[in-house]
Amino acid sequence: MTENNELIRLSAAALAEKLAAREITAVEVTQAYLDRIAAVDGKVHAFLHVNADEALAVAAEVDAIRAAGGAAAEELHVLAGVPIAVKDLIVTIGQPTTAGSKILEGWHSPYDATVVERLRAAKMPILGKTNLDEFAMGSSTEHSAYGPTHNPWDLDRIPGGSGGGSAAAVAAFEAPLALGTDTGGSIRQPGAVTGTVGVKPTYGGVSRYGAIAMASSLDQIGPVSRTVLDSALLHQVIGGHDPRDSTSLPDPLEDLVAAARTGNVEGMKIGIIKELHGEGYQAGVENRFNESLELLKGAGAEIVEVSCPNFKYALGAYYLIMPSEASSNLAKFDGVRYGLRVLPEQGPLTIERVMGATRAAGFGDEVKRRIILGTYALSAGYYDAYYGSAQKVRTLIQRDFDAAFEKADVLISPTAPTTAFKLGEKLNDPLAMYLNDVATIPANMAGVPGLSLPGGLADEDGLPVGIQLLAPARQDARLYRVGAVLESLLEAQWGGPLLDKAPSLTATSAAAAASSHGGSH
Amino acid sequence: MAAINRDDVAHLAQLAHIEMSAEELDRMAGELAVIVDSVKSVSEAAGDDVPATSHPIPLTNVFREDVVGHTFTAEQSLSGAPDAYEGRFKVPAILDED
Repeated sequence: MTENNELIRLSAAALAEKLAAREITAVEVTQAYLDRIAAVDGKVHAFLHVNADEALAVAAEVDAIRAAGGAAAEELHVLAGVPIAVKDLIVTIGQPTTAGSKILEGWHSPYDATVVERLRAAKMPILGKTNLDEFAMGSSTEHSAYGPTHNPWDLDRIPGGSGGGSAAAVAAFEAPLALGTDTGGSIRQPGAVTGTVGVKPTYGGVSRYGAIAMASSLDQIGPVSRTVLDSALLHQVIGGHDPRDSTSLPDPLEDLVAAARTGNVEGMKIGIIKELHGEGYQAGVENRFNESLELLKGAGAEIVEVSCPNFKYALGAYYLIMPSEASSNLAKFDGVRYGLRVLPEQGPLTIERVMGATRAAGFGDEVKRRIILGTYALSAGYYDAYYGSAQKVRTLIQRDFDAAFEKADVLISPTAPTTAFKLGEKLNDPLAMYLNDVATIPANMAGVPGLSLPGGLADEDGLPVGIQLLAPARQDARLYRVGAVLESLLEAQWGGPLLDKAPSLTATSAAAAASSHGGSH
Repeated sequence: MAAINRDDVAHLAQLAHIEMSAEELDRMAGELAVIVDSVKSVSEAAGDDVPATSHPIPLTNVFREDVVGHTFTAEQSLSGAPDAYEGRFKVPAILDED
């Protein structure tokens, strides 16, 4: 058990090195993670489905190739044999994909998402599918139809959302890496509240083919990890052009791993966004944020202040554009081609009435709210005032970013205004829930990349604080360059990774381990 | 901009094909009124001279060669269907009897 504990705490980069040197086997690593999932996921509930057999088979294949040596072993991807978890919004052959919704309970995709194909090509064992707010709509995973995920730092608190399952899995050492999706902060905000790293790449930088769409002009798949370098390694696996996604950028992928390994901020200008800190931000969040600025200054960066005056409209514009696109994207759940079909209890069985009953039973409250809101924003008479205006705000936000990036190479802000709140605390106040994404939404509106990394623990509650870095479109490498520097400076202060301070989850957990669920939900 | 009321929500729910109970309509109308009120400022943010952005990084004319690519078999396509008949999706009646 001690040995396995050491294995699961290694970074993906360290695992990759030990696997290549044949100090450990991929089966040992994968089994160690499966054991950890069995031991703690009853408490955390990060996984909706565990894919043990397939993961072990892929691991065994990698071990066999390495043992045989020769060209095939030489050609193995650097992350071959390093396990990964996949957000259950991303389709996979051989495992159910639910999107956290009853309407897709038990559904199996007949195809793999492009990012999943790339994981398979790299021979990374897929540990399972992680929990999320239904159709990625939420900031806490409480809107999952399969029950919330719990924050490994404090099981009574939210792990963020929508990708709370992926972030919690990585934070609880149930996986070294995970995939997330980020429409308004769903990778970065869970990263912030769980003390992990999450990256939203430039829009179009990673293929969306096979990610069940919420808001197509905002959605982006990206890496979730415990270190900046690990995110760069994963980003490099999943990134790059895909002809099956018409919004996929044709640009060649930069060497993000090199950027993370050669982190350097000397002479760089780092811009504090005036509108994204201060009032409305928790004191402990502000304190850790200010300390990070001092560290970067000490490492030779120049800190400048930039103003993005139109960011104050970002949240409102987001809550018009996102529901509008979501209401269109979710129209396909009609009870005919896939998923649930519910027949009305009385009256004629017409398609209209079957759809009405199916969608009433299959969608949860938040999904219904957003579909209705989107239908409203797109309806005749309101279109110009709502959707049209929101699209103009998008232009203003892009202009704010353009102006800010003339003064700074990278921008910085807290990732979220607060640390993790209690489960249930904001569930009945949609507006309070939406405010969690105030600092992350502008990046999605403009398509620019963002990274969240742990900035320490807040004084008042001892919970993780996230620091967000933002770069111009197509300049994702800058995030890794700066992120790696800040991470190493902070870890030098803490005397190790922030997650070393997180509860072990197994100290008093003999009973929990026995009752943990090893299979699907 | 007009506030959103219960009748609006009932109409929108019909357009969106979501059956809603009376209690659900009441609750949704209250919640949406608050949300709509909070996004109102958006309509005052930009003047007529600001162009709309539909897409963060626009690409134009994204085409592929006009050749048959990957296609799913009928079996794959129907694998998730709630009801199928002789290799086709089985759809409930489109029209009411009367």
